Amino acid sequence: MLILNCPYCGVDADETELAAGGEAHLKRFGPGSSDDELHDYLFTRENPKGVHLERWRHASGCGKWFHAARCTATLEVFGTYKAQVSGPPQEIRDAISAKRPGWSWREFS
Amino acid sequence: MSTRLAKQGRLIDRSKQVTFTFNGTTMRGYEGDTLASALLANDQMMMGRSFKYHRPRGVVASGAEEPNALVGLGEGTRFEPNQRATTTELFDGLKAASQNHWPNLDFDIGAVNTYLSRFLPAGFYYKMFIHPAPFWKHVYEPIIRRSAGLGKAPDKELVDADTYEHFHVHTDVLVIGGGVAGLQAAKVAASSGARVLLIEQTAHWGGRAPVDGGTIDGLSPDEWVSRTVAELEAMDNVTLRARTMGAGVYDHGYALGYERVADHTPGVPGPRHRLWRIRAKQIVSATGAIERPLSFAGNDVPGVMLAGAMRDYVVNWGVTPGQRVVVATNNDDAYRTAIILKKAGVDVLRILDARKEGGGALADEARALGIRVDPGKAIAKVKGGKRVRKISICNQDGVGGAREEVEADAVAMSGGWSPVVHMWSHCGGKLIWDRANAHFRPDPDRPPLGADGKGFVLAAGSANGPLALDQVMADADAAGKAAAKAAGFTPKRTKAPEGAAEGENAMEAVWLMPANAEIQLRMKSWLDFQNDVKVSDVQLAAREGYESVEHTKRYTTLGMATDQGKLSNINGLAILADALNADIPQVGTTTFRPPYTPISMGAIGGEARGEVFQPVRKTPIYDWSNANGADWEPVGQWRRPFAYVRPGESVHDAVNREVRNTRENLGLLDASTLGKLIVKGPDAGKFLDMLYTNMMSTLKPGKCRYGLMCSENGFLIDDGVVARIDEDTFLCHTTTGGAERIHGHMEEWLQTEWWDWKVYVANVTEQYAQIAVVGPKARKVLEKLNAKAGGGMDLSAEALPFMEWRDGRIGEFDARAYRISFSGELSYEIAVPASQGLAFWEALVDAGKEFGVMPYGTETLHILRAEKGFIMIGDETDGTVIPQDLGLGWAISKKKDDYLGKRAQERSHMADRDRWKLVGLESVDGSVLPDGAYAVGEGVNANGQRNMIGRVTSTYYSANLGRGIAMGLIQHGPDRMGEIVEFPGTDGKTYKAKIVDPVFYDKEGAKQNV
Amino acid sequence: MSEPVSALMGAAYDGIVRVEECGLQGMITLRGDLASSRVIAAATGASGQQMPGQRRANVTGQSGLCWMSPDELLVLVPHAKVGDKLAAMTKTLGDAHSLAVDVSDARAMFRVSGANAREVMAKLAPVDFAPGAFGPGDFRRSRLAQVAGAFWMEEDGSFCIICFRSVADYVFKLLKVAAQPGSAVGVF
Repeated sequence: MLILNCPYCGVDADETELAAGGEAHLKRFGPGSSDDELHDYLFTRENPKGVHLERWRHASGCGKWFHAARCTATLEVFGTYKAQVSGPPQEIRDAISAKRPGWSWREFS
Repeated sequence: MSTRLAKQGRLIDRSKQVTFTFNGTTMRGYEGDTLASALLANDQMMMGRSFKYHRPRGVVASGAEEPNALVGLGEGTRFEPNQRATTTELFDGLKAASQNHWPNLDFDIGAVNTYLSRFLPAGFYYKMFIHPAPFWKHVYEPIIRRSAGLGKAPDKELVDADTYEHFHVHTDVLVIGGGVAGLQAAKVAASSGARVLLIEQTAHWGGRAPVDGGTIDGLSPDEWVSRTVAELEAMDNVTLRARTMGAGVYDHGYALGYERVADHTPGVPGPRHRLWRIRAKQIVSATGAIERPLSFAGNDVPGVMLAGAMRDYVVNWGVTPGQRVVVATNNDDAYRTAIILKKAGVDVLRILDARKEGGGALADEARALGIRVDPGKAIAKVKGGKRVRKISICNQDGVGGAREEVEADAVAMSGGWSPVVHMWSHCGGKLIWDRANAHFRPDPDRPPLGADGKGFVLAAGSANGPLALDQVMADADAAGKAAAKAAGFTPKRTKAPEGAAEGENAMEAVWLMPANAEIQLRMKSWLDFQNDVKVSDVQLAAREGYESVEHTKRYTTLGMATDQGKLSNINGLAILADALNADIPQVGTTTFRPPYTPISMGAIGGEARGEVFQPVRKTPIYDWSNANGADWEPVGQWRRPFAYVRPGESVHDAVNREVRNTRENLGLLDASTLGKLIVKGPDAGKFLDMLYTNMMSTLKPGKCRYGLMCSENGFLIDDGVVARIDEDTFLCHTTTGGAERIHGHMEEWLQTEWWDWKVYVANVTEQYAQIAVVGPKARKVLEKLNAKAGGGMDLSAEALPFMEWRDGRIGEFDARAYRISFSGELSYEIAVPASQGLAFWEALVDAGKEFGVMPYGTETLHILRAEKGFIMIGDETDGTVIPQDLGLGWAISKKKDDYLGKRAQERSHMADRDRWKLVGLESVDGSVLPDGAYAVGEGVNANGQRNMIGRVTSTYYSANLGRGIAMGLIQHGPDRMGEIVEFPGTDGKTYKAKIVDPVFYDKEGAKQNV
Repeated sequence: MSEPVSALMGAAYDGIVRVEECGLQGMITLRGDLASSRVIAAATGASGQQMPGQRRANVTGQSGLCWMSPDELLVLVPHAKVGDKLAAMTKTLGDAHSLAVDVSDARAMFRVSGANAREVMAKLAPVDFAPGAFGPGDFRRSRLAQVAGAFWMEEDGSFCIICFRSVADYVFKLLKVAAQPGSAVGVF
């Protein structure tokens, strides 16, 4: 039963107010992309033991989507941030580095 | 015999007698008794029978750890099986019945199992019932099902009379356990200003200390407890809750408290149980310790009891379980029991101390009272059936020979104490093996981790390992301060209270008594009382190759009973470690999982039962429909009328009547449940072009267009009519089940992908009651309303053509009328504010009388659309269907570069000409095809099953056509018009149908466009 | 014009708190940039209230502004005035990118009042209702058991709850169970 801080309304939201939305920062591949690109976009997902960036929606709350940087093994939360970015902002990367030096996730580290 | 003593009993009120029954016999006890203490006071030593062998069993413990004394409590709508007598507070009129026997407790047929016990070893079921295979279904399973199950299930026809509730509470520090350690931890944490919640599973504060004795700051434990509770009660930032068990600790400081509000006062208004859903910054686990039994032959005979429990019965409830007691121990603590019994006037025959060196100061005190203490001695065997009769005594370091026998009626045993580490362990806290005390205790370096990556549980007092009062108080004080600090508060610099108790000699691990007991003894030495697992069973498992404690647990069922091995786990894994020739920490423990003791299903469900089991969504027309024969159908959380059934009519008749009447006269459908989403902004058109497969940006204000939505995977997810309100604004209709889902879908894309697009979305589904006015006389009834009340909307074919919409007044209502049709008839869908929905509906019903108006339900809606070959999301689609499969290529824009799902629809499999495609199906004999039936083709697949070439997606009886009609997806279907395909039914019959065009009725579409 | 009716037509229940359906309340969803002067002018003009801070509600009688999210306000006005107010707002908003729409009839409103009001709320929503954590003017969107709900505290001991109209009956029954006699928790 996680608690994640919603960066839009500021609530430390109980997991029962949230809806999980899978992996963060997927890059959309539409018409003109190759079969492999489409396949990876639709189906290939990270499944790390450790640092993970994921999407959540404050569904029973302000309704906004946000991102969480979290450790899947310990459930430690490094930070939450707004969804209107295509990668984790520097302060989130720093927060992860402080706790998990040398981390990497897809193209981010 | 067990009996009430003349004195003692700190928890009972001898001035208040209560009456209860056990197996129908009326007995008496006192207020403050537990059911167990009251039964003992009535010499009811035997309280039940064991699960597997049906051996007679008595109470062995005095609290939540009790494995034996399980009873069925209450009757009728308040009956509940498997309740522990030790945690059941006595009340006047309580009714209890023992379990696992037939015909009665004293004489039980099932007890024959105990004589067969040598044939029922560990793994018996696995070995026995595997051959011959056909026996399982017809012989073994029925027998096992009859004999399985602990206790008796409540009558399935009866409904629980009680109510339950949840309660959300946030706190800085949660302290679980209201013994002296929990009280001290709560006190110091609270004095820092932190919000503190202290919960205790029993009805009393102070835990074991008042029974075990000693002093705290010079006061007796009882005095110290009342003083501290008074201090805590006076603090505004402290909540104290008795009868509330810490059931579980979960991630990020979530914990469950299980409050038994009214178990002791049944029938009093209010909830019976309350589940506290607690969010704590820090949790202090002050859950104490549980005494371990000793493993000797006959340790399960009624009258053999944990030493600590026996002195609880004397001190707390003034009951002695026996008159001639033998004490067996490997530690000093059990001497306290001997001393207390002796002082209460009970004969203590022997203290058998397995340690050669014997005990310390407490042993001296016992000897001074005249109790015989025998160091190095052990119990070889307890003799007796339904109660203890004789004790054979031997040397601890032998095999059980050279016996001496004494006549006794009770045994107090102590194998040492194990911290209750459950709250520490539930969320991942790790344990270390404490060799000196022969127990696992929390490893402070490996606590469960919270959201910040730091520990959020602290163990305090005996739950952390220390057993002596001075160490317990110091440890609890430190834990309370540490918790306050970790929660962000500054604890005051106060001195820990000084606890003082007699010094004790070191305990000595004794896992088997005597140490080298021969097999006949080991086969009668119980580890798990409830599941009847013996020392010999665990040893057998080890011999058969079970090395992991988790595997051994499942093979032998050790620790798998309702008590979850609170007494048996450590003893069992010590036996396993010995058999494997390994160290105990190497073997490890099984996993501790919540809840700590079973909690009621009612508490888990909370308020969600009866009328509020789940939300039922109602339209403004709901009550009218309910009063007019609605046969309700759940659609998501909505309830929609399936049909409006008239008196004397079957549902089927009603549907046929509605279907005919709507085509011939006038039908009304409550379509309020359809989703309505406003999409507005300069980029709204561009946005909808991405969401729908067809072009929405070219739609003109005032017009409507049917659209399809697909997922990025290409599959159809929703459909509906889009109306353009103005240049910047669209209103998108979704399916009934799709409103919230599609609203979320839109927000997801706007917030997470196209966040720079200027579009806002609002869900206005429930703002409107939307009523479909359908049939050849639809225009007439609306014009009549206008004529009567001066509504100004021109509803003529010229002013409001098909697939357009207008705002205006119809009769006396502000309305928006859409000329759209899901039936193929002349049809208006009219939206009015929900607050006037019922009035509008009633006005239509009234005005429609002369036109033969009838309301119709969802089944008629389905049949009318199927007659027209219109697809329904969820019938023709199942998450694997693309628009192209349904002949909806016309609704896919060729001009657009992109829309959600476009790229995926280009994949080779999506373009495969072998995909199943939509066709109409006409049964050859006019009957109705079975829903979901598969069409079979030539040949068989790799599994020898007939190849499937399609399936029925919708199937109905059409009263208008007088025959069954269906739609289906068939391989190469559109190319096979006129062919007959076969559908084997689950009823053994094979149905034949002809492939036809899916439009069965009014193929030209003449009726809707008038 | 036919008389508009609320979902439960003012149903009420007295248990450990008083639960009452408040009847019709005008509500306008306003989406836009809450820092935009036009949005501010439209919101404050319609309600006569100051702009609310994050998770706050400024409400007097049937007029008010509730903070729904960083780009959404709920504008409360008397039900009979929604049409006029909405027209005025639309005019004020002009070409500012925004959305103002009448949602009055999509909702139901309840008042929970009495000494145990905080506890009754805490039985249904995963929110800290302790004094000091939730006070007058505080506003939250959360869930009430199994459905979405928004609520604010008017004065200590009195909450207003807004839910969807279709679940008004469910929420009313839910509140009745939570307010049943003998169910005071005794914490707040």
